[in-house]
Amino acid sequence: MVPFTTHTGIAAPLLTDDMNTDQIAPIMHSRSLKEDYKAMLFHRARHRDDGSENPDFVLNKPQFRAAGILVTGNNFGAGSSRESAVWSMLANNIRVIVAKSFADIYRENCLQNGLLPVVLDANDAEGFISRVIAADGAAPFTVDLLAQRISGPGGADIIFEIAAADRTRLLEGLDDIGLTLKHLDQIVSWEQRAAAAQPWLQMTQDSR
Amino acid sequence: MPRTLFDKIWDFHCVGQRADGRDLIYIDRHVLHELHAHHAFAQLEKQQRSVHRPDLTFAVQDHTVATKPGRDDNTNPSGTAFIQAMREGCRRNGIRLFDIDDPEQGISHVVAPELGIVLPGATHAVPDSHASTVGGVGALAFGCGTSELAHILATQVMALKRPKRMRVRLDGRLGAHVSAKDVALRIIAEIGVAGARGHVVEYAGSAVRAMPIEQRMTLCNLNIEMGGRSGFVAPDETTFTWIAGRPFAPQGAQWDMALANWSTLTTDEDAVFDREIVLDCAVLGPQITWGTDPSQVVDISGSVPEPSAVDPSRRAAAESAFAYMNLEPGTPLAGLPVDRVFIGSCTNSRLPDLQIAAAIVRGRHVAKGVVAMVVPGSSSVKREAEAAGLDRVFRDAGFFWGESGCSMCAGGNGDRGQPGERCVSTTNRNFENRQGLKVRTHLASPATAAATAIAGRIADVRQLMSMSGAA
Repeated sequence: MVPFTTHTGIAAPLLTDDMNTDQIAPIMHSRSLKEDYKAMLFHRARHRDDGSENPDFVLNKPQFRAAGILVTGNNFGAGSSRESAVWSMLANNIRVIVAKSFADIYRENCLQNGLLPVVLDANDAEGFISRVIAADGAAPFTVDLLAQRISGPGGADIIFEIAAADRTRLLEGLDDIGLTLKHLDQIVSWEQRAAAAQPWLQMTQDSR
Repeated sequence: MPRTLFDKIWDFHCVGQRADGRDLIYIDRHVLHELHAHHAFAQLEKQQRSVHRPDLTFAVQDHTVATKPGRDDNTNPSGTAFIQAMREGCRRNGIRLFDIDDPEQGISHVVAPELGIVLPGATHAVPDSHASTVGGVGALAFGCGTSELAHILATQVMALKRPKRMRVRLDGRLGAHVSAKDVALRIIAEIGVAGARGHVVEYAGSAVRAMPIEQRMTLCNLNIEMGGRSGFVAPDETTFTWIAGRPFAPQGAQWDMALANWSTLTTDEDAVFDREIVLDCAVLGPQITWGTDPSQVVDISGSVPEPSAVDPSRRAAAESAFAYMNLEPGTPLAGLPVDRVFIGSCTNSRLPDLQIAAAIVRGRHVAKGVVAMVVPGSSSVKREAEAAGLDRVFRDAGFFWGESGCSMCAGGNGDRGQPGERCVSTTNRNFENRQGLKVRTHLASPATAAATAIAGRIADVRQLMSMSGAA
């Protein structure tokens, strides 16, 4: 995983609640094992019925085309567990999502891929949203994970909370499987205990 | 200290704690599907890691498989590469695959419990958000992404933060033609699409106890639609009877041992939940969604809400749903003409779901101009339904009777509606464009879907059945 330390980019406001992963990364009609994640991001919202670009969608507006930070509402990433909803952000160089809250599985998928999920409380979120709207893509914001700080035009720095462990994992780009495999001995001894206590859990046998 | 059943299952399966504070939760049964598995296989190969417990891992082809009779790898051309990569990945890693032509192929959440692969008190993971369907047999199941899927393959554990506990108590007796689907839609309407975020939900109460296992699965299936991390029903005699004799369930002395253990799987009397919800099911009628998220629900006798009746924080979403669904506030749901009806998906495609729908359809015909489909949740369900003659009932009535798979739930196999169509669907998500570009989805129970197919309009099944004196 690519470590995340700091990211400077244009912040684009996508001010809706409950944005679901069908909207973020729709199932494409023509698919392959190597999908075009860049094109997938908000594919439906980005296009009009005739296939042309929808100029009203925030990421199609000239000032937000190169956005690196997405700012959104509550429960971002609801619905399907598809990780393409994270990969498609990264494919578009969006490395930070600032939201009022995230859906559980989506947030996990972010942490697995070095996409920083920042949660701001209601007050800070409203303040930050106003600044993002006022900046209108004219100047970038910087998100510093080490300092847990967002800085940029229109006001004072905003300090955000993130679990220390999640922060470390992102800062160091830790290999999640590697972290767990340090506990392989414990896993194996659990298996031995379970095989004695509840043997049906440790075996699968077709009785026919 | 009194503990909830969730705590008991969690604590038993906690292998240890990682340096970052996450609990390592052992996954007893891991089931993969073809849409996401190939990424994980590729990742493991790149990292030169192997599958820790292929014997506890199973795989199905469900998301991209065509439903057309006589289907093969190529019937849905955009699924071919996924289906074949899955087959190859399972072969290389020694994983039992229920392939496209396997007599027990089907949707993972249907196949795993019906074969007895998933058991009470067991932990389960699927790279799919509807994993908690199997909570219906008292298993603790987690949906996950692709990286977590690779993590489970390599380690057989998930690294999780302990979720909060929530209990939903369902009291009262369900009315005629009202089922778990209606109950679940009402709960989501009450607490919202993020109402259970961060929580594992235990469904309890007399209405749950009275539900057969298949309905409990429908209830737990929709848990993710209110944001829940997992959801389950504590196992009871109904569960044990249902599981006994299934092919992968324990047998003989092991069965006795398992049964003794499963009988202890209850929440202690004084255990404390972070949140409790109570719903009286006795007064509940059939429910249906009017909008574009699963919380936008009304009683079948209800109307599209006026904006003034919608919570201010949800008003913008409602306005956007009115436009997408082409519905004016105040419009009654019942009577809206429909173009399509879909009965299927991990939510409502088990044999009793099909029996309920068939009882309504029998001797009637799908309304002119309506495309109606039934897609069984597994090839086993399909075979059992055919043995009972249900396929004839549906076909004689003008329904398409398909091969098993996820089908029109997300349209990943090419089964989709046409732009602008209104579709009543027994699935789980009424999101924009999910069932096809600009398709307007109304979520409802199999009974409501069947009655709607016959009427050609959104219908109150109770009225249809009382008209014929069959209620």
